[in-house]
Amino acid sequence: MKYVKRSIKKVDGYGILSGKPAYTDDLAPRNSLIVKLLRSPYAFARVRKIDTSEARSLEGVECVLTHEDFPRIPFTRAGQGYPEPSPYDKFALDSYVRYVGDEVAVVAAKDEQTAEKALKLIEVDYEVLNPVLDFEFSEKSPPIHPEDGISGVENQQNNVCSAYEMDIGNIEEELKKCAHVVKHRVYTQAQAHVMMEPHAAFSYIDYQGRLVVVTSSQVPFHIRRILSRVLDIPLRNIRVVKPRIGGGFGGKQAVHGEIYAAAVTLKTGKPSKIIYSRKEVFESSYTRHPMRIDVTLGSDEKGVLKAIDMEILSDTGAYGEHALTTLMVAGSKNLPLYNRVNAVRFKGKVVYTNHTPAGAYRGYGAVQGNFALESAMDILASKLGLDPVKLRQLNMIREGETSPIFKIMGEGREGAEMTIKSCKLEQCVELGKRIFGWSEKFSKRPESGTKVRGVGMAIAMQGSGIAKIDMGSAILKLNDDGSFNLLVGATDLGTGSDTILAQIAAETLNVPVKKVVPYSSDTDLTPFDTGAYASSTTYVSGNAVKRAAEKMKHLIVQHGSKLFNCSEEEVVFNGEEIIGPEQRLPLSEFATKLYYSENQTQLCSTASFVGDEAPPPYMSAFCEIELDTETGKITPVRYVAVVDCGVPINPNLARVQVEGALVQGIGMALYEEVKYDSKGRLMTNSMMNYRIPSRLDIGDIEVHFVESYEPTGPYGAKSVAEIGIDTPPAAISNAVYNAVGIRLHDLPFTPEKVLKALRVKEGF
Amino acid sequence: MKITLTVNGRKENLEVEPSTTLLEALRMLGLYSVRKGCDTASCGVCTVLMDSKPILSCCSLAVQAQGHSITTVEGLEKDKDFEEIRKNLLLEGADQCGYCGPSLLLTVYSLKKRNIKSLQEIQKYLVGNLCRCTGYHSQLRAIKEFMEVGE
Repeated sequence: MKYVKRSIKKVDGYGILSGKPAYTDDLAPRNSLIVKLLRSPYAFARVRKIDTSEARSLEGVECVLTHEDFPRIPFTRAGQGYPEPSPYDKFALDSYVRYVGDEVAVVAAKDEQTAEKALKLIEVDYEVLNPVLDFEFSEKSPPIHPEDGISGVENQQNNVCSAYEMDIGNIEEELKKCAHVVKHRVYTQAQAHVMMEPHAAFSYIDYQGRLVVVTSSQVPFHIRRILSRVLDIPLRNIRVVKPRIGGGFGGKQAVHGEIYAAAVTLKTGKPSKIIYSRKEVFESSYTRHPMRIDVTLGSDEKGVLKAIDMEILSDTGAYGEHALTTLMVAGSKNLPLYNRVNAVRFKGKVVYTNHTPAGAYRGYGAVQGNFALESAMDILASKLGLDPVKLRQLNMIREGETSPIFKIMGEGREGAEMTIKSCKLEQCVELGKRIFGWSEKFSKRPESGTKVRGVGMAIAMQGSGIAKIDMGSAILKLNDDGSFNLLVGATDLGTGSDTILAQIAAETLNVPVKKVVPYSSDTDLTPFDTGAYASSTTYVSGNAVKRAAEKMKHLIVQHGSKLFNCSEEEVVFNGEEIIGPEQRLPLSEFATKLYYSENQTQLCSTASFVGDEAPPPYMSAFCEIELDTETGKITPVRYVAVVDCGVPINPNLARVQVEGALVQGIGMALYEEVKYDSKGRLMTNSMMNYRIPSRLDIGDIEVHFVESYEPTGPYGAKSVAEIGIDTPPAAISNAVYNAVGIRLHDLPFTPEKVLKALRVKEGF
Repeated sequence: MKITLTVNGRKENLEVEPSTTLLEALRMLGLYSVRKGCDTASCGVCTVLMDSKPILSCCSLAVQAQGHSITTVEGLEKDKDFEEIRKNLLLEGADQCGYCGPSLLLTVYSLKKRNIKSLQEIQKYLVGNLCRCTGYHSQLRAIKEFMEVGE
């Protein structure tokens, strides 16, 4: 392999690091109207009356929109395959507001100050309602969505947004037969994405009267579809363009400010832009789904797992974005890790509360489920007196095996059958154990003063796209100098997908990567792609690119044979030259001839890909922490991760994906605390009081790869984007137990919680 | 009010409000490498150099910058040290979403001028430059190389 499995520089890195204008706000027309949203100060209220007259008459205000200005069309912000598995439980603006930060009115003005001033002049008469702020009591509380006209909600009266249940074998009977049964309950928090670029969009009407929306989005094609629905204009009249994005992590897998900027543009005919403040990103985009997870494991005397039961209560906040699917992924991306059990049960409910909505976030349920399952495995190991590594090795999934869960549980519907064709989890565990020095460290607890060290481990799996749903496609176009345009709907959000897709095209065509010019995510110019989520781009869009490149190769040969007047079998294209029985032509000359002088034709190939399955990447994680028994502070010392993501197309970029995800997971485990006050106001709504890890908070991180070859992937590749975030909560919690014998079950593990648990253990 | 700023070696006249931040003023001048990340002086994305020292332009007023020399990455395009650190980051794949890239580059650039050598000091110096994509280690590998710090 010449161009894949190579750590080349990102194709767009130079311009980005040189500070060239590339992100949404850099590109917005200077004369854009500034769009601001009036947001609810109450967690739950009804808008009795809204008086915008003063705001409207303020000089410089171009328009003010309220719920009366929007057609009453229910939709979901979630950017998912269509029809979406999320309920249509939201309106662009509504007379009910369901969380602090919910949209009440839209203001557009000539500048920011005027817009801010106008917001203050809008008078709203609220009927304040009692909010539901504890998700464990949501089902017994008055409905948050009593309104008519919404659809896809499991039970509006009981605040149950979604529910799911499945079982294999007889769990109760099986657990009765088990020698050891472990029950464990955990709580996970509403982690915030904190991508560095806040959500941003601008829109304008082009000279043909079409609406153009430029947005920092992971899902431009879904945005186009949702805008068409909500604004009630034909899809063909909308163009959505994604420029560079300053990070997403799932937070931009939905429509956010686009609706309001576009509505202002349609109303005024003028360009308009909306840039979320950091407070709005925290309060009014969405978070990870907080979950309560109960796991029951049963094993025989030797530690062979016989039964797994998982029950979840998930909090989707005010709206049900990704509610059902994150619930299911908590099971479907974890339970198959231990596939040889006799019985599995999974059931769960997702309930509404008057909190900031929950939505897509890297890991997407899998990290919550992993924390529960992998902590429970650790408890079982200690009950059995077995090394936790051995317990995993005894039970974990292996290459050539399957799990009935793959077929039963998809995302929001049935999944796809799959026999695991590539799985080097055993090697990941073995290598990680050795590099980390697990055997020596596990039985020792080095102490110095009040500081104790401990080690913990966990394993994880993820998926590669959503089988039978996610579609990626690519167009390759030969240019007259022998270079190629690669047009993909796939959405590079900083991950480097433009680069790795160019590498895949280059490998297939056997041309240098610089001859492939990628252009992505423009609904007018690039072919359809569901977008960057569910660890899909390398596998799904990568396969589409490979197919398009194979077709292009064939087209070159076909047209070479025409030019040379011979049969196709006699022509070879080696990336540099087209070689016939008697003639050879450099690709550039061939292309020039083809476009200017002989048999003039544009060579253009297009291909699509939908996975029949979603081959999981796997990993093992080993971590060492230091815990100060006096302060309760946990300090990460070292984290060793060994990943099987198939063949890494660009090993550098793959490694950085894992490193970045691990640090987000460490943040979730230790630092990223979410606090609401008694009225449902988010207190951790700035980067000052919601603390993401800095470079001093994370310890040493080592990422290694054990290469497998996934036969259904492009050049053997599987996904790598999400899996890194899955293990830190469990591995760190297990290390804390190893250090001081306390079992933390409530994320994040703040010093207060550690001290409290230590006191309980010491019998205070 | 009218002010004159010295940015990247050039005198720039512009009309601002007393409350206009340096960040806003620089973007008014078309220097889009200077970006807003947080509103609370927490993330470091808006970092520029004032008289060769990194400052947060989101919480500095444009008027305060008069009489000082401001540098953004646009002004370092041809600087050898700048080119080297940019290349190192690219080689490590440490340029993920890139939104924080220019601010990190400027801070590392100023670090070189301060002649800080120990790894721990470097990490401490850069602690205000947050990054949510990379997990920092690829950046550190690139910076180590640039600062010629061993293991």
